[in-house]
Amino acid sequence: MSSSVSSNPVRGRGSAITRWTLICVALLFLIVFLVLPLASVFVEAFAKGWQTYLDSIRDPDALSAIRLTLVASGIAVTLNLIFGLMAAWAISRFSFKGKNLLISLIDLPLAVSPVVSGLIFVLLFGLHGWFGSWLDDHNIRILFAVPGVVLATIFVTFPFVARELIPFMQAQGSDEEEAALVLGASPWRTFFSITLPNIRWSLLYGVILCSARAMGEFGAVSVVSGHIRGETNTLPLHVEILYNEYNFAAAFSVASLLSLVALVTLVAKKIIEEKAGLRGGRA
Amino acid sequence: MKKSGILPGFGISLGFAVTYLSLIVLIPLSAVFLKTATMHWGRFVETVTSARVMASYRLTFGASFVGAVIDSIFGFIVAWVLARYSFPGKRIADAMVDLPFALPTAVAGISLTSLYAPNGWLGQYLHPLGIDVVFTRVGVVLALTFIGLPFVVRSVQPVIEDLGSDVEEASASLGANSWQTFCRVIFPAVFPALLTGFTLAFARGLGEYGSIIFISGNMPMHTEITSLLIVSKLEQYDFAGATAIASVMLVTSFALLIVINGLQARTRKFEETR
Repeated sequence: MSSSVSSNPVRGRGSAITRWTLICVALLFLIVFLVLPLASVFVEAFAKGWQTYLDSIRDPDALSAIRLTLVASGIAVTLNLIFGLMAAWAISRFSFKGKNLLISLIDLPLAVSPVVSGLIFVLLFGLHGWFGSWLDDHNIRILFAVPGVVLATIFVTFPFVARELIPFMQAQGSDEEEAALVLGASPWRTFFSITLPNIRWSLLYGVILCSARAMGEFGAVSVVSGHIRGETNTLPLHVEILYNEYNFAAAFSVASLLSLVALVTLVAKKIIEEKAGLRGGRA
Repeated sequence: MKKSGILPGFGISLGFAVTYLSLIVLIPLSAVFLKTATMHWGRFVETVTSARVMASYRLTFGASFVGAVIDSIFGFIVAWVLARYSFPGKRIADAMVDLPFALPTAVAGISLTSLYAPNGWLGQYLHPLGIDVVFTRVGVVLALTFIGLPFVVRSVQPVIEDLGSDVEEASASLGANSWQTFCRVIFPAVFPALLTGFTLAFARGLGEYGSIIFISGNMPMHTEITSLLIVSKLEQYDFAGATAIASVMLVTSFALLIVINGLQARTRKFEETR
């Protein structure tokens, strides 16, 4: 009896066995479910040697996919960043009716499945869609063209910056900004020397999550892109095409680029969490 | 309605936010329901309850459920280990948990397929045992387990961290053995967060597409998920059919979103009362 009432019963002998069993189970699970899939991408990518790897990445279609992925995610991240700042400013600094509704609506795209996210733009801009015949008359192509890919990417990454900034700026309050304005600073000066430095980690965190999702989006983009090689293929779509042609080494080579982006994202995310004392796990 | 008269930019920031939200999210989303509304009711019901669609619901909901259950069990253990113990490589393990968020789903799909193919790293051991993963429902469950894991871990981990070991010590000093402590003290405290994580993983699984289509083989009535069915209807230019099924999925996701918001509000309330 006396042993179980020791000062720290959690660290008893019985619990040492429990502890190491749990650690082993957890690590084994993480290795089988996460590490092996990631490792297999790189192993398969180099299965036919460096030359095949480099050729697959330097292929003109691959390069054009890289370009489109960067352009689409660049536009999506920029617009969603501006939106995130605007929405967070309005929500965290003012009180107005319908604020909670607005916060809920911002998260809506997260609940919509990728394929349906693409479908909605088909319904709007497809030939039989709302604006389809008008666009056709004016010779504007949105669907099965770059604008469709960009729009779908914006939609699926819509909430990422806003949902990091809103709770952070709400918790922070506006005392410092009010002080600066009272002391005569201009609104822009207040924004750039008070607000922006205060929210920089939270902002960067949102931007990193947003870019990772933008570059990796598959379902929504696949519905709107039309899979035109060299034109409307993003990197994930290029991976799919190569894989379906049984060109596995090339598919995994291109996939390894996306995996590298994912690894960089994880490291950057971890560094920001530790630097800024943010708690992980929001995505 | 301004809180403070001195802060600028209320009109422009709210105006921009609401306009952008409407243009990118609200108007496009409403297209699904307006398009569905133009459908004849009988035809709508016939489309969304046809045998092939029903089979896809059963697979999608069933596999998401099983995947979320597996995630809840192992996610709890992973979260516990990360929150409570120190061991070599802990920071790497902690960062790796978010891999399914960061890795594009198509990449996850092809790498899982190659791992579990009969000649793959893991498939070569499972195949002789009669366990086939690729092109079966097991593969669908596996992909969904991969996708859902971070939702459970990241929901549960902060709650375990906040719980502190003092409650366990108190429970033990009052004579409870570790199993009793777990069942009566720890599990009830963590349960709301675990349920939130489970529901998030389940909801995410329902819409998942990229990681599944490579491993499932997409056989109608057998391994065809609902998302894929929407895509194949679109490819056959059956826009009405695709939209009808999409509206069923959307309503389900929105209902789950409301459940999740309720669960999260309850978890927060529970945290505050402690």
